[in-house]
Amino acid sequence: MTELRKRGAGGGDPDTAENISDKEADGDDRLGLSGDTEGECDVDSKTDTPDVPASTADTDNTPECLNKALEGLPPKWRNYWIRGLLSICMISGFFLMIYLGPIMLIFVVMSVQIKCFQEIITIGYRVYHSYELPWFRTLSWYFLICVNYFFYGETLADYFGALVRREEPLQFLARYHRFISFTLYLAGFCMFVLSLVKKHYRLQFYMFAWTHVTLLIVVTQSHLVIQNLFEGMIWYIVPISIVICNDIMAYLFGFFFGRTPLIKLSPKKTWEGFIGGFFSTVVFGFILAYLLSQFQYFVCPVEFNSETNRFTVECEPPDLFVMQEYTLPAALQNTLSWKTVNLYPFQIHSIFLSSFASLIGPFGGFFASGFKRAFKIKDFANTIPGHGGIMDRFDCQYLMATFTHVYIASFVRGPNPSKVLQQLLMLQPEQQLSIFHILRSQLKERGLLPPLAVRAE
Amino acid sequence: MTELRHRGAKDGEPPLEQQPSEDKGSDSELKADKEGVSDESKVDSGVPEVPVPPDDTPEVLNKALSGLSSRWKNWWVRGILTLAMISFFFFIIYLGPMVLMMIVLCVQIKCFHEIITIGYNVYHSYDLPWFRTLSWYFLLCVNYFFYGETVTDYFFTLVQREEPLRILSKYHRFISFALYLTGFCMFVLSLVKKHYRLQFYMFGWTHVTLLIVVTQSHLIIHNLFEGMIWFIVPISCVICNDIMAYMFGFFFGRTPLIKLSPKKTWEGFIGGLFATIVFGIMLSYVMAGYRYFVCPVEFNNDSNSFQVDCEPSELFQLQDYNLPGVLESVTGWTTVRLYPFQIHSIALSSFASIVGPFGGFFASGFKRAFKIKDFANTIPGHGGIMDRFDCQYIMATFVNVYIASFIRGPNPSKVVQQLLALRSDQQLYIFNSLKAHLTEKGLLRAAEAAA
Repeated sequence: MTELRKRGAGGGDPDTAENISDKEADGDDRLGLSGDTEGECDVDSKTDTPDVPASTADTDNTPECLNKALEGLPPKWRNYWIRGLLSICMISGFFLMIYLGPIMLIFVVMSVQIKCFQEIITIGYRVYHSYELPWFRTLSWYFLICVNYFFYGETLADYFGALVRREEPLQFLARYHRFISFTLYLAGFCMFVLSLVKKHYRLQFYMFAWTHVTLLIVVTQSHLVIQNLFEGMIWYIVPISIVICNDIMAYLFGFFFGRTPLIKLSPKKTWEGFIGGFFSTVVFGFILAYLLSQFQYFVCPVEFNSETNRFTVECEPPDLFVMQEYTLPAALQNTLSWKTVNLYPFQIHSIFLSSFASLIGPFGGFFASGFKRAFKIKDFANTIPGHGGIMDRFDCQYLMATFTHVYIASFVRGPNPSKVLQQLLMLQPEQQLSIFHILRSQLKERGLLPPLAVRAE
Repeated sequence: MTELRHRGAKDGEPPLEQQPSEDKGSDSELKADKEGVSDESKVDSGVPEVPVPPDDTPEVLNKALSGLSSRWKNWWVRGILTLAMISFFFFIIYLGPMVLMMIVLCVQIKCFHEIITIGYNVYHSYDLPWFRTLSWYFLLCVNYFFYGETVTDYFFTLVQREEPLRILSKYHRFISFALYLTGFCMFVLSLVKKHYRLQFYMFGWTHVTLLIVVTQSHLIIHNLFEGMIWFIVPISCVICNDIMAYMFGFFFGRTPLIKLSPKKTWEGFIGGLFATIVFGIMLSYVMAGYRYFVCPVEFNNDSNSFQVDCEPSELFQLQDYNLPGVLESVTGWTTVRLYPFQIHSIALSSFASIVGPFGGFFASGFKRAFKIKDFANTIPGHGGIMDRFDCQYIMATFVNVYIASFIRGPNPSKVVQQLLALRSDQQLYIFNSLKAHLTEKGLLRAAEAAA
């Protein structure tokens, strides 16, 4: 995120991420609050509570040991150090999880999703004072479980096709998966209708809608992240790293060169930071893609080996990750005096991913900032000392995950072969036969069928 | 919907229409609500009641019924409109699939418009910058996405033929996503300092409405393409359940069903269930005999028009079923000839009667929550389009899931499309697996298999 640092203002060290923006947001809120309440008084102050009681987001969650170690420093520097340490901790944690493998990453994604959901729902409860609504917490969590069941079921049936076919109860669940998911959801819907209480209709409908929008945002995109992961861990690591890099780089550029404000919504973002972040992220993504493309561990699709009952990442690297020669366009040839350059095709894709992360990704952050302003909260929660809640860290990631998924589906891979096979086996026999003949003629045309077959014709 | 008629009330003539007194009942409930809702007043008082729209009845009807008292006039208006709507339904079925698709699209747009207008009224957000434009833009995006997927599936050959269509369909998801993102960015750029919360509310409202209205109208169109019978029978079952439950409630209703709608009764509910099942069986028997209703809608590339011509699938061929012992002794028949579809229709009717009303309760709760009498006043005497279609939505989703789970497999042309998009080694792998599978099943002779 770009930052506008007031030249000549107090405080020597830069903040690592967006906390200055949060503090400034507070200042803006204090200025704007009075304006807000005047402007919105005919609707907001009556329809909703003017101030969300900031319970968890403001208490200091710093561990005692850190407090002791830093007690010598003035509070502002202490804050920067805490943030810096936590940033490094989070990045190391990221590396550790990558090392631990795909299953671990799936669990982490799921935990992050549950925590984000909890944070947003808690905000909804506080905004609407709906702690005492009957059933509502149960129903929100129930809907979360339903939607997760639906998505995980679809993923598992796709990727663990062989395992599913082996076990009888799994086969039954897979065949009627949609019906079972729909029934579970309907049960939740009917419980909601039966739980409507006379005095609280509107609140209950608000919370129902709030839950559904949260599910739409949080759960669908976490599943897209997992599907990206199954394509190959590089499709999971590179986008996330790029977004993190853009945050940090844009902050640094804004810190050193920032002068022109970017958007009224976040007054500390600057054009200099934005553009500087863009270029440095493209370069970073390019280099990172080069580094990671060499390892099978990152590049191969994650597959489930039915014999050993574990995940394997071993394969012949796809064309995308095989070094190729590209002839440079004439302009670059003159400047660099190289005729061709050896690149992984994936590096070219990484340029697009980086551009998206730098240009459009920040809109996710602006959306979250607007959301926090709208509901007058400083942070989503206070899980990470100095940084706020999990949602604060992941707000830019969501758009990126969806974009990566759509990008892969459109430009990189075709459909999933095991899923196609599964669908084929479910068709009627005549349809299977006709498809068999179509496929055979196609393959023969391309000379892919063994000669024995051709001779037997 | 079941109705509780007060015995001993004045009017002897049974009303012909669907839900006349539900609205009147909800009026009296609204008044009771206002008294009891004091602690909600802090939350709700900022929202004035949506003004009851003026009477929309056409002048001609007014004149024809000017002689009757106002209550009878109301019932006659409703009755006539009900008959008009049912006749219109028959007429558009006659006109064919294309017109049905257009009608579904129009209904969807009107429902969306009604719900968004309620949101505007609730939040006074007429003056929000850009918001109307953005809501309609999101509607367009989501419709583009869904229609694109449908068109690609069902008009596969047509799409392959035309070059621009092929590019649009190959990158369809990417284009849809880019369009949606543009709307998202416009939303973020349109956030105005004093109106953040309102804007977020309207954003959420729009998305939930899209989720409910648009996805389910597309499920209806998918059902339609399976065969018009899958469109007609569910809708008719829901309508029948409404009418029958009302009648049973009218004549026999005594025990209230749910506090949310005090005029619904258990007698009406159960009577409606049995009547709808019987109606569904009879209707499916009548319809399953005609190819026009039973065949999947296909697009004929040569004539560039829709056709419904095929060999009826097993589901629509009469079969003999052995009656269980109990029924044998009662009716004296050993076997009975039924279409298998009639057995499915029992499942559909049961759903329409048992779970469908929850959609109606949801809409009633929604209207109570926002203190509106009807969604709009499009249909004289009945309210808005949404009022008539609230029970249909869950039904449409259920039918789609039912078909996908129990009836058909995946769409073969879609599978072929995906197959041809795979890499060669993947195609070989699938080819070999398929060959093994078919040989196992004895569908391929050994000589052919070797080839």
